[in-house]
Amino acid sequence: MPIIAFDGREYLAEDSESVLDCLIRHDVSVNYSCRAGVCQSCMMMMKEGTPSEASQKGLKDALKAQNYFLMCSYVAEEDIAIARPGKDFQSVETDVLALDRLNADVLRVRLVRPENYSYFPGQFLNLQGPDGTERSYSLASLADGDDFLELHVRHIPGGKVSGWIHTALKVDDRVSISPATGDCFYTPGQPGQNLLLIGTGTGLAPLYGILRDALHQEHQGEIHLYHGSSTAEGLYLIDELKALDAVHTNVHYHPCVSQGTPPAGMTAGRADQKALEETGKLGGWRIYLCGREDMVKSARQKAFLAGASLKDIYADPFVPAVD
Amino acid sequence: MSDSLFNRLGGDAAVDAAVDIFYRKVLADDRINEFFADVDMDKQAAKQKAFLTMAFGGPNSYTGEDMRKGHAHLVARGLNDSHFDAVVENLGSTLKELGVSDELIGEVAAIAETTRNDVLGR
Ligand SMILES: Cc1cc2nc3c(=O)[nH]c(=O)nc-3n(C[C@H](O)[C@H](O)[C@H](O)COP(=O)(O)OP(=O)(O)OC[C@H]3O[C@@H](n4cnc5c(N)ncnc54)[C@H](O)[C@@H]3O)c2cc1C
Ligand code: HEM
Ligand code: FES
Repeated sequence: MPIIAFDGREYLAEDSESVLDCLIRHDVSVNYSCRAGVCQSCMMMMKEGTPSEASQKGLKDALKAQNYFLMCSYVAEEDIAIARPGKDFQSVETDVLALDRLNADVLRVRLVRPENYSYFPGQFLNLQGPDGTERSYSLASLADGDDFLELHVRHIPGGKVSGWIHTALKVDDRVSISPATGDCFYTPGQPGQNLLLIGTGTGLAPLYGILRDALHQEHQGEIHLYHGSSTAEGLYLIDELKALDAVHTNVHYHPCVSQGTPPAGMTAGRADQKALEETGKLGGWRIYLCGREDMVKSARQKAFLAGASLKDIYADPFVPAVD
Repeated sequence: MSDSLFNRLGGDAAVDAAVDIFYRKVLADDRINEFFADVDMDKQAAKQKAFLTMAFGGPNSYTGEDMRKGHAHLVARGLNDSHFDAVVENLGSTLKELGVSDELIGEVAAIAETTRNDVLGR
């Protein structure tokens, strides 16, 4: 059985047990959240050993080159030595600037932007809740313009971190956030490309950031945003999005309601279904999918079948954490 | 080495060009798409690449035994000659779309053919 060396101690890993599972089993205090290779909160540096491709999926090239890897996605077959990330990749503390309700379930959380905190709108950060529990939240603010960080947090009943944010967090409280990460953001270089943005619930957070970033960078192609919820009350930022639609000829906002008869101006049906129905062939389009995991995965396959290239599909499934 | 099949097809770039087209064909083909229903597209796309590299005669470290093990769970679900033929057919039409000559397509089909018994676990 392989040995994992960490913080001056050695831990024996069972066969086919991930490094993360091994450390948790030994009661070692380490960060993690999704246990599925998505949130990157379990990132460590491998000092001895070679990270697998799967354990480096989604990491920036600079991090890969420095042997960073995700503990939840690596099963040691030989002895390895690991260390916590360097200072540049550690969490920073910041203050809560404002808390505002966007609808009955969604709170807009604005944080003071720490000095030199760089990110692309649409990326996500890991925020520490009670007892160091970490959860991922996407950035809806503009990196180039807004001097705060904006998150949209949906209240999950019984949710450890979202419940705490909704009921206990106050303006001026200190919170700890990781550097921003993820590849779901606007990339300049093809200003004429058509964009299709599909989100459910707070999947709008990254899409709102991406949409405003695209406009800020003078994107010329058509931009269709489909935001879905089961009821009209589940949608939010409706007026802001209608205003963007009215001002920019290339912006098209499609609020979708999947249950019952929607109010005037909204579409009946699921956002992903409507989007794929109404846009038809997607060859040459760039597509962003954010929100519920099942929606994101099935829409990804459908968009691909409708002609979108795999490299043009950016997907951010909000996979629930596994504590 | 410069005239190996893999290089004549265009190497890694040819695999990259083919993967989207081939994978889309497979997912749309009702004869075989149930075997590829796994919605984790990142993993699947990586495997399609491995498949194409191998079929193009490119560098790979798969043995016949790997092919046997890798497809055993599919054989248990009914994978047979007709499915194998369908995959080879999709491979051929993908290459045709990319403008590859019939002669080279024949060579690719011949490589795929050498794996038939292992893939089907015989
Ligand atoms: C990349 C990424 C980006 C994300 N961005 C955002 C964002 O911008 N805004 C946002 O609000 N959330 C976002 N999430 C989800 C967020 O990280 C948490 O999973 C969510 O807030 C729930 O955490 P919790 O601690 O409150 O609930 P937990 O204590 O983790 O869960 C409590 C219970 O609720 C269940 N549960 C968890 N999530 C859901 C769900 N979505 N629907 C129904 N039941 C659920 C759990 O299985 C559990 O039984 C994102 C997730 C990822 C991976
Ligand atoms: C034509 C000869 C074939 C070759 C050379 C071949 C090759 C491969 C290779 C290299 C992999 C990747 C293994 C890995 O890295 O995990 C793979 C996986 C796979 N192949 Fe094939 N294959 C062939 C035929 C088929 C056929 C006929 C089917 C079904 C119709 C099929 C279905 C699959 C599936 C579903 C996987 C993913 C398995 C999993 O992990 O679940 N293959 N194949
Ligand atoms: S990436 Fe490992 S716990 Fe989320």
